[in-house]
Amino acid sequence: MTAASTSATATATAVARAVPPSAMFRRVIALGGLFAGTGTALTLAITVGSVPVPLHETVRVLLGATPADPRWQVVIETIRLPRALTAALAGAALGMAGLQMQTLFRNPLADPYSLGVSSGASLGVSLAVVGAGTGASGFAADVAAGGRAGVVVAAAAGAGLVLSGILLLARFVRSPVTLLVIGVMVGSATTAIVSLLLTWTEPQQAQQFLAWGLGSFSGTTWSDLALFGGVTVAGIAVATSSAKQLNALLLGENYARTLGLNVGRARTTTLLSASLLAGAVTAFCGPIGFLGIAVPHAARRLAGTSDHRVLLPATLLAGAMTALLCSVVSQLPDTVIPINVITALLGAPVVIAILLRSRALQGVGT
Amino acid sequence: MTLRLDALSVGYRRHTVLTGLSAVAGRGELTILLGPNGVGKSTMIRALAGLQPPLSGGMSLDGADLTRLSTTERARRIAVVLTERVSPGLLTGRELVSFGRHPHTGFTGALGQRDRDVVAWALDVVDATHLADRDLSEVSDGERQRLLTARALAQEPDLLLLDEPSAFLDAPSRVALMGLLRRLATERDLAIVVSTHEVELALRLADTAWLIDAHGTLHTGTPQQLVSDGTVSAVFDTEQLRFDPVSGTFEPRERLPA
Repeated sequence: MTAASTSATATATAVARAVPPSAMFRRVIALGGLFAGTGTALTLAITVGSVPVPLHETVRVLLGATPADPRWQVVIETIRLPRALTAALAGAALGMAGLQMQTLFRNPLADPYSLGVSSGASLGVSLAVVGAGTGASGFAADVAAGGRAGVVVAAAAGAGLVLSGILLLARFVRSPVTLLVIGVMVGSATTAIVSLLLTWTEPQQAQQFLAWGLGSFSGTTWSDLALFGGVTVAGIAVATSSAKQLNALLLGENYARTLGLNVGRARTTTLLSASLLAGAVTAFCGPIGFLGIAVPHAARRLAGTSDHRVLLPATLLAGAMTALLCSVVSQLPDTVIPINVITALLGAPVVIAILLRSRALQGVGT
Repeated sequence: MTLRLDALSVGYRRHTVLTGLSAVAGRGELTILLGPNGVGKSTMIRALAGLQPPLSGGMSLDGADLTRLSTTERARRIAVVLTERVSPGLLTGRELVSFGRHPHTGFTGALGQRDRDVVAWALDVVDATHLADRDLSEVSDGERQRLLTARALAQEPDLLLLDEPSAFLDAPSRVALMGLLRRLATERDLAIVVSTHEVELALRLADTAWLIDAHGTLHTGTPQQLVSDGTVSAVFDTEQLRFDPVSGTFEPRERLPA
């Protein structure tokens, strides 16, 4: 066979497909496996808990029938189902936001909180807690007195404040790296103020803040879920619809611009949706660490591609699945382990193992 | 049917890099951009690519004012290969090249049959079909450069800009790349502007030369004109080397007779 005809054959084969069959197979397997895994994790989260409920009775409740013991209905409808949905939404949201940030900043260490959104939320909550202690501020006292709703409002206000500042800066700062460094600085400064506030506050109030900081998927009511779900689904929809933009950004902002991308607008959209997702999770569940940075790396490895049209759904499923499993582990009989302890203790070794087996943290400008 | 610069000034808000640039790069022609390091070749390419607005003056492509084109419209007409390092991660060669179809595809970036044909053609024309299914982390710098050139070609531009595309290449690949650009210009009726330090090779292959001297003045003409009127020598000769117009190469200065 001559060189020319070899080349012609190769070209003819190339026309037929966009991805080699082996890679396509891997992507289908990865997405299918993640889908099944998320379903299993969701089932586990609803069937396992501190109060044993027989499986068939759980199914009866889910189908709307009355179980043999009416308490089971309460356990499932007001505790487990909201908790499982909160975990799934939070995990999906943090994964998606982390992926957006890693691609936008082309940095494997970027995560949803890189721009200080969670520090802002912490500041909001600590102000509310301290305010309630000293009675100095009527508003803050009201917020803390409102209990959970107060915490959510305070966290959202703090996160929103930092977010607006960052979005404003993003209009003037040309280099993404500069923006990232500024975000880290703002986060550090905010955390310092929080520390100062906590040293001035009563230990009982400080304890309330620390408990919030450990993260929890529990305690969400159905009306909480309506708001949390709405915001999360909106943020995820924006992220999903930006697959083409994120792909262009893989080549860097200059190449993206010469491919016709409005880089300024893409940057604002990405930052807005990522911060909205991170802010919503922080407000309702506390600053859940680790998932936002780890899940995108794991999804990238599993799917074997940086193409966001595959990676975004893979990250969504991997995030939901991981958070659900963490939630299940946190509800071991006789004890409740904080979510942040589980995400870090169980997640870190898994991610390290994934990374050691691969050559490098690819896909994010390294 | 050309790229036309009219008293163009490029640079940054507080620092003008080059001013009074007037030149023409024709379709079907290979135009080379020569000049010492740091004289502003990259800034000029960036301005032509729409990556930074010109400070003053005009630039037009086939009569259309480039500064007024929308980002998408510009991306359909102008493609560029930059010097910056690209490491997009877990992508195959074909996926990288197919990103060049972005200005032509819809909201999701899904490829149609014609897009796939163009991608296959672009891979084939830079002789990179064997890299199509390879992971980008596994290809050499030279192979990556070829894939980036294919990505630019997949945009199906009227004007192709390349900023020192041979920087990472070994000698045979440099010759092959220049030959390829020369052939593409003719076959695809493209206007190609390439900045390079390969003075000897470029002067031999180019139709037009843009030469920026150390003072930032742009000299244009055919390579023969710029060689014979001494411009090339004036810009590049050093104390040790001089450009020989007859052989078209740099040679050591003859020792003075003892």
